[in-house]
Amino acid sequence: MSKPLAPTGLNMNEPLLWEMDKPGRTAFSMPRHDVPSAPLHDDLAGDGPDFPDLNEMGVIRHYTRLSQWNFGVDTGMYPLGSCTMKYNPKINEKVSRLKGFAALHPMLPALMTQGALRLMAELERFLAEITAMDAVSLQPAAGAQGELAGMLLIHAYLKSLGVKRSKIIIPDTAHGTNPASAALCGYRPVRVTSGEKGILTPHAVSEVMDEDTAGIMITNPNTLGLFEENIKEIARIVHGKGGQVYCDGANMNAVMGMVHMGNSGVDVLHLNLHKTFSAPHGGGGPGAGPVCVANHLAPFLPVPRIVVKDGVYHLSEAFPQSVGRLHSFLGNFGVMIKAYAYILSMGAEGLKKASQLAVLNANYLKEKLKTVLHLPYDRPCMHECVFSDKFQRDQKITTLDMAKRLMDFGFHPPTIYFPLVVDGAIMIEPTETESLEEIDRFVEAFRIVTREASESPDLLRGSPKRCRVARLDETLAARRPCLMG
Amino acid sequence: MRYLPHTREDIAVMLQAVGLESMDALFSAIPDDCGRRDIPDLPEPLTEWELDEHMAALSGNGAVTGHHDNPHMVFLGAGRYEHFIPETISYLLGRSEFTTAYTPYQPEMSQGTLQAIYEYQTLTARLLGLDAANASLYDGASALAEALLMATRITRKKKVALSGLVHPHYRQVVQTYLRPSGIEIVDLPYLSNGTTDTSALGAMEDLAGVAVQSPNFWGCIEGLAEIGDMCEKSGTLFITVFTEPLAYALFKNPGDQGAHIACGEGQSLGIPRWFGGPGLGMFACRSQYMRNMPGRLVGQTEDKQGRRGFVLTLATREQHIRREKATSNICTNSSLCALMAAMYMASLGGTGIRELARLNYDKAAYLKGALQRAGFRIPFESPCFNEFVVEFPPGFKATYDRLLRRNIVAGLPLDPWYPELKHHYLLCVTETRTRSHMDAFVEEVTS
Ligand SMILES: Cc1ncc(COP(=O)(O)O)c(C=O)c1O
Repeated sequence: MSKPLAPTGLNMNEPLLWEMDKPGRTAFSMPRHDVPSAPLHDDLAGDGPDFPDLNEMGVIRHYTRLSQWNFGVDTGMYPLGSCTMKYNPKINEKVSRLKGFAALHPMLPALMTQGALRLMAELERFLAEITAMDAVSLQPAAGAQGELAGMLLIHAYLKSLGVKRSKIIIPDTAHGTNPASAALCGYRPVRVTSGEKGILTPHAVSEVMDEDTAGIMITNPNTLGLFEENIKEIARIVHGKGGQVYCDGANMNAVMGMVHMGNSGVDVLHLNLHKTFSAPHGGGGPGAGPVCVANHLAPFLPVPRIVVKDGVYHLSEAFPQSVGRLHSFLGNFGVMIKAYAYILSMGAEGLKKASQLAVLNANYLKEKLKTVLHLPYDRPCMHECVFSDKFQRDQKITTLDMAKRLMDFGFHPPTIYFPLVVDGAIMIEPTETESLEEIDRFVEAFRIVTREASESPDLLRGSPKRCRVARLDETLAARRPCLMG
Repeated sequence: MRYLPHTREDIAVMLQAVGLESMDALFSAIPDDCGRRDIPDLPEPLTEWELDEHMAALSGNGAVTGHHDNPHMVFLGAGRYEHFIPETISYLLGRSEFTTAYTPYQPEMSQGTLQAIYEYQTLTARLLGLDAANASLYDGASALAEALLMATRITRKKKVALSGLVHPHYRQVVQTYLRPSGIEIVDLPYLSNGTTDTSALGAMEDLAGVAVQSPNFWGCIEGLAEIGDMCEKSGTLFITVFTEPLAYALFKNPGDQGAHIACGEGQSLGIPRWFGGPGLGMFACRSQYMRNMPGRLVGQTEDKQGRRGFVLTLATREQHIRREKATSNICTNSSLCALMAAMYMASLGGTGIRELARLNYDKAAYLKGALQRAGFRIPFESPCFNEFVVEFPPGFKATYDRLLRRNIVAGLPLDPWYPELKHHYLLCVTETRTRSHMDAFVEEVTS
């Protein structure tokens, strides 16, 4: 690399908020006290919180400096596998803050919120179109809540048939939220191992599927970045024993508008709008995790649902079989706006193109890196590819060491140590919004890192060197938890 | 398409590198009977300028105050509050180093998010009077559901009590979350003064937790300390819920009144209402329950050179490690909203937040008094913060509708949830309402 992307730059020190406290300062323009002071009983009054006082520029500098210690998609390539860190369009941010959306109260009479309700109704239809499912609820606040919704839907549907089951099949490649969501719904996860090709075999599923099993949670494309080719046959087996098929659609970015989820045998699927549909992840959230269902599950969707009567949108709770409410109001509308704006900007062809390029980028990157990194499943991949640190083990260099060293080159590391089925996993998802040149730079950086692994392994163990801080002691943090100052 | 960088030549180069002839060949793993030949039926793509116009039109009919073409006067609270948000916050959110980052799994590259969330946790714990707060949950309703589940885990009991004056939507969400685990939910009735009737609690021995909202759904301040004492005696976890945390800048906080867990919605701390979401699930507890908490936690630590730094910690509670045995299934939370809340709390400071809370209290008292003097009944005498219930005369619905046509929303009718409370409306006033707004409103409802 002629010029590393991350030279050391000016980086300001910044204390904690309360280390700058100076009582009497304020950063808030206090509205006029134009009414008399009302009596307040002493028994009720508290002391008020011990918050630091700062002035306006103090607040601005504090957060501006903190932001400079952070790395986002806008800073550089962020190939975090399973997270789809694509570009977050700025126009979407702007429209999500339009006053008529941002200041809208969710309990207003429906006639006063027609635009917002229409947006939601249209987004539901768009998502149904893109996945080829029949009905959608936008209510779940993130992927994991979408999974919970899906489990509840299956539970309610089986119950309506007079069936009660206690288990759910979950492959070993699944994201941790899958078993956790199933458990919340009272289901005991039964693990199936994926086959040699990194995908589930119908045989493995038929061995565990029985009449006490509510169904299967299957991630497609899966977390190895592979399409579950046997999905239809697996669905036939599960359905044959009276179960339902849940698809974790967090990886939909690979197949937008390209897979007929309904025809593949999927009964319910969740999407992550904060991945596939370009809403930013916000340093941890908020997201939105809509669920898309086949017709037979539609009566069970969360309430309230949007209904149209005589051209007017309403919210209705009149769905007696519904699993109930999942969110304080209607879900994360602010995130839905961005996904809606994204779909309108892309159109059907644009979404398909995005998926194609996401897959092309991942395959290209896989070809370029597989000579220096061990590739456990050497097959055409979808939106991401999973390597391991097997080649580097002789030098006692781990995935973690390589991840940390990548930072010095100005790249966010990939997802590491997930999926669990690959020892020392390095999961790379470039997304479609990275250019050929950027991917080449990333590949080159990674190649240098693997070379350093054998030539100067201590360099890796001592990395990162160019970040705000050196490697942090996570053991100390957990042993003596200090969660507040 | 401007979001896609690939030129035709790039694609050719890359296809060649992977040894394929066409883009379609990339998808050979998708069996024919799973693929689709049709194109999803979506609108033609819009340009940036068309999109801008379309969204302006869609948002244009929203009934919001301060909207220049379409101004409204909305006296609605009930879980979403209209507060002034300093311009600094939206400006700082433009720092896309915050917005376009993922969960801070790689701490060396995420110290900005991590320190900011550590500060958020600290301010939250101080506001609620407890020892440890998490990095956020989705919203107030799921935070309450998580708190009740946590109580059943800690006590190993399978029954919880829930005040009937907890926000009705929260009670619905609790049912959704708790039903599959077979946890029994006992509803606590209300007293004529507008607070929860806890007299039945003494006889309930097998309770994992008691959840009471304060200010409650009707805006009344609950006698938390008394409930706290009862819980302490019976070994029941006391969960205080809130939809308006600003109240704790004026009233005693949950921790000081015996709460083991305090949780609820943080939208009022600098987050727009956004038609109900995203909001901010706030969650704090006493330190002995820290390892039972749901959600992410940021902790302080040191780097190899002994410098202060922050990391995600106590991850062994979480789904990615513990899978089905995790304390919660939550992964993505509401981090950016937590950041907004931290910025807001920092902007107000200890001095400002007291003053603002007092202003809310005084304004609500002003409108309450004015309506009372105008002859309307205030059915619940308990002190309130910035919301209260008014009983209007029979036939008020016609006035309500007339006011709607004049762009005034005279609160929230309560009878859908409390059928016995005919003509009762929940009204909210914050610092955003001036005295002349309120005088005009009283005039409108009496005319
Ligand atoms: C495959 C998969 N499933 C589910 C989830 C959970 O989604 P969320 O974080 O939005 O709850 C994730 C996200 O990390 C994921 O990668």
